[in-house]
Amino acid sequence: MDCYTVFWREMLVFKRTFWKFLSARLVSPVLYLVAFGWGLGRSIRTDGGSYLDFVVPGIIALSAMTVSFNATGIPLNMSRLYHKTLEEYLIAPVGSFSFVLGKVLAGTVRGLVGALVILVLGLLFGARPEVGVWFFAVVFLTCFLFAALGVVAAMTVPSHEDMANFSTFVILPMAFLCGTFFRADVLPEVVADIICVLPLTHTSYALRSLAGGTGLPLISVFVLLAYAAAFLGIAVWIVRRAR
Amino acid sequence: MIEIRGLTKDYGRIRAVDNLHLKIERGEIFGLLGPNGAGKTTTIRMLTMLTRPTAGEAYIAGYEVRRDLARVRGEIGVVPQHINLDQELTARENLELHGRLYKMPPAERRRRIEELLAFVELDGRADELVSTFSGGMKRRLMIARALMHRPRVLFLDEPTAGLDPQTRRRMWDLVRQMNRDGVTVLLTTHYIEEAEALCHRVGIMHQGRLIALGTPAELKERVGRYVVESLNGGQTAYTLFATREEALVFAGSLRDGVVIRETSLEDVFVQLTGRRVGD
Repeated sequence: MDCYTVFWREMLVFKRTFWKFLSARLVSPVLYLVAFGWGLGRSIRTDGGSYLDFVVPGIIALSAMTVSFNATGIPLNMSRLYHKTLEEYLIAPVGSFSFVLGKVLAGTVRGLVGALVILVLGLLFGARPEVGVWFFAVVFLTCFLFAALGVVAAMTVPSHEDMANFSTFVILPMAFLCGTFFRADVLPEVVADIICVLPLTHTSYALRSLAGGTGLPLISVFVLLAYAAAFLGIAVWIVRRAR
Repeated sequence: MIEIRGLTKDYGRIRAVDNLHLKIERGEIFGLLGPNGAGKTTTIRMLTMLTRPTAGEAYIAGYEVRRDLARVRGEIGVVPQHINLDQELTARENLELHGRLYKMPPAERRRRIEELLAFVELDGRADELVSTFSGGMKRRLMIARALMHRPRVLFLDEPTAGLDPQTRRRMWDLVRQMNRDGVTVLLTTHYIEEAEALCHRVGIMHQGRLIALGTPAELKERVGRYVVESLNGGQTAYTLFATREEALVFAGSLRDGVVIRETSLEDVFVQLTGRRVGD
């Protein structure tokens, strides 16, 4: 119930700013699709299909990550350090778990919308992924875990600038390296091993496998579940410690 | 209603609040008066659980603040020094969010919102975004929000800082009115007039310590009810007397530029600390 109150507030603002949010989320995917799908990708064949079919699941993965991370991380960090609106929640008789869950679910909703935007654009550009329930389940899980990571970052970094730094050092490398634009196993072995541990690698892998009709890689789902549980747990612990 | 026992807060090697003991009765308007950095805000933050005390304990409505956290939350309303309203929501939505966070039933929530919007005279702007409000309107909305769940104790941290004199007077009226409705008020201020005009009792804080406690009249009585201001080599000297007669005799012995007036809390502060509140 408390969790719903936190979520309700986020959705109130989300509804109000929906069109702005949507149009802003359109810009970078269109650029990615033009650059990598049409421009660079025209002459590349990967895994026996067109590069566009290869890259669309990757871009969906990276969008799900960045949108949900930023959707919780940036406003929460602002509300903790600048607007101080976080105090209202910290003083209120609301459990830390409910607070975190509400914020994370709200970030997940935004991430899902972000991912959906890419899917629709990808279809318009001519990609033909197979999209089913599991595809959305993996996207949901990805959004959830990165929204939780957003809470962790927002509650720990000491300034707005460090929030941007966190994004640059953690989110940006994953966006490029985790099997989004190319297969990670073509990289040197050490690098590939590191990348294999990162959550987004499993998102791209699972989404691509599902989109290509080769089924659901269960291990990837378990890895994502483990990350989601861990980040949620850490986020709750940090918020509890803050009050 | 509030009982503070040995509350202490260290920030590294700096002691912000030093062994504070204080009892505030039900129905009181109590003011913590002191210059910036005296430890007033830290005290309020400890009482509202936003800062962990280094030592000591505090009871609100019989519950210890740290041990009975969950119970205390429902008993207190907090108006912080800075504006911490949700600027992306309207006035009504801010109150609605607060009501939901405090688990008020929908019907009561709606009734209370209308009541409070009228109380702080924001009913005409209820559905506008808070980001469009003036400073005074935001302050009033913060008061309404803090009262939303009918707390028995209200904390006001510098409620009128940065407000024009007219708006300040309206805030005072609001505080008096809610106090008449049974709310115990603990406020901090560095405005002497505010403490004099509003508070039943005043505690003067200086460098983290409570250095005087009493009604404004008692405190003035203690240092002398009349003050003679005289120019002494370019500096103003303040001499205090218990009676008007003594003050007159002293003033008569001086040459020119002499003012006799009644003591203010400012004089009390100067007498106790050797400084002015604004320093």
